[in-house]
Amino acid sequence: MNEAFNLPFWAEIVVSAFVLLGASLALIGTIGLARLPTFFERLHAPTLGTSWGTGAMVMASMIFFTVTSGRPVFHEILIGIFVTVTTPVTLMLLAQSTLHRERAEGNPDVPASISKTPAADSDPKEA
Amino acid sequence: MNITILEGALTTAQVMLTVAMALALFRMIHGPRAQDRVLGLDTLYVNSMLMLLTLGISSGRTLYFEAALIIGLLGFVATVALAKFLMRGEVIE
Repeated sequence: MNEAFNLPFWAEIVVSAFVLLGASLALIGTIGLARLPTFFERLHAPTLGTSWGTGAMVMASMIFFTVTSGRPVFHEILIGIFVTVTTPVTLMLLAQSTLHRERAEGNPDVPASISKTPAADSDPKEA
Repeated sequence: MNITILEGALTTAQVMLTVAMALALFRMIHGPRAQDRVLGLDTLYVNSMLMLLTLGISSGRTLYFEAALIIGLLGFVATVALAKFLMRGEVIE
């Protein structure tokens, strides 16, 4: 463990700052997930960890391995790109399915389907 | 002296990520409805991926990078499949 740590002082500071930043963003996002009252509010909280939490951690890993191995190491950026691309897809799918479930149960708190409202509006105009 | 700064930061980050994983697990177990549990599972995947990156920095080996990539991939597939199941009632139509 120790022989990997002979890197200069500025790199220690930068890597430590990025690691702490990423971990605190992930922790804040997950606290939001645990504490916010409704599901649609909870859906926003973990994106803090998936956007800049992952970005800061990936950047810390890239700086660390670039400095220790003496050559540019950029393969961690794959994780960053992958998480950035996939998180909106999964969360929008989850929100859509939740909206579908709430509407199917007739919950009055969620807005009605937008495909029904123009038809309901156009009927009195035509009549 | 320099060693203790990075080691302290890594240990603090690991403790924070453990607390975050515990909170996501709480949401996954306690969550009032199925979509809360799916969201908790997704957050648990992301937090464990960050934990693996931290372990990779602290061990100095690039082995953990591949494990983190696979966990991210599995998290994406699992959450998409579960959301599809919640919407349609089946995964593959």
